[in-house]
Amino acid sequence: MSSKHKHAHPPSEIEIKVKALESLLVDKGLVDSQALDELIDIYEHRVGPQNGAKVVARAWSDSNYRTRLLDNATDAISELGFQGRQGEDMVAVENTPTVHNMVVCTLCSCYPWPVLGLPPVWYKSAPYRARAVSEPRSVLAEFGVQLDDDVEIRVWDSTAEVRYLVIPMRPAGAEQLNEDELAQLVTRDSMIGTGLALTLGKSA
Amino acid sequence: MKGAHDLGGRTGLGPIAPEHNEPVFHHEWEKRAFAITVACGFLGQWNLDMARHARECMPNAEYLASSYYEKWIYGLSALLVKKGLLTEEEISERIEEISTSVHK
Repeated sequence: MSSKHKHAHPPSEIEIKVKALESLLVDKGLVDSQALDELIDIYEHRVGPQNGAKVVARAWSDSNYRTRLLDNATDAISELGFQGRQGEDMVAVENTPTVHNMVVCTLCSCYPWPVLGLPPVWYKSAPYRARAVSEPRSVLAEFGVQLDDDVEIRVWDSTAEVRYLVIPMRPAGAEQLNEDELAQLVTRDSMIGTGLALTLGKSA
Repeated sequence: MKGAHDLGGRTGLGPIAPEHNEPVFHHEWEKRAFAITVACGFLGQWNLDMARHARECMPNAEYLASSYYEKWIYGLSALLVKKGLLTEEEISERIEEISTSVHK
């Protein structure tokens, strides 16, 4: 809702509470309004799955980088300039023809902010957090992902300390693409493990 | 009894319903809630585990009925009071002032 229409309906209890807290914090000099705007801009526009897509595209096209990423994801990711809050200790897990990885946070909503941005609502929702660990195949089916029965599914439960990035399988026929083109095939969901990389000709 | 936040393996919670082309924030207040929570984290008065614990102290029924940023604000507000940065009275008074001004 834009501020122009603020009289269209009365603000909700939570809207008022947030406003009250912000105005008190600003009055007391505990937070700075401009710093708040800056934080919002960073996470709304600058940090997001496009970062993770670059990491995956690099791993797909540079086998030394892939090795470093699997060995120490935090360092390898920071080589591309992505680091910071909620990504201090990263682990990369790689999908193969026989293993599919999927990430959840059953206890809260831990998520690798520097590479994926802020989590979508479904990732934070009770049904996903509950079911990802007990019935991953039916969860994947809800995302339109059907895996062969002999593919092992590994579900990684994130914690406040460790955050995971799934390296999806590179689609067939992508050998000739450069990193920028490859990155276009890497969706957010493919890096959570609830999706696959796009196939050629279906870039995002 | 385990807290409502310990959701792994629970049943009966329904479908996941991912939203297509979901925006980063769904409401203006979510942006502000996010920013004040992160900014207050920089005050160094609590760590991430304390912030999580504060959210998990939400009563179970309320926890399951609340959105992500509603939980954040519940936790933030509790921590600000606990650390003496704001008082319950100040918060209630400010809420009252804002409610009165918008309903004029």
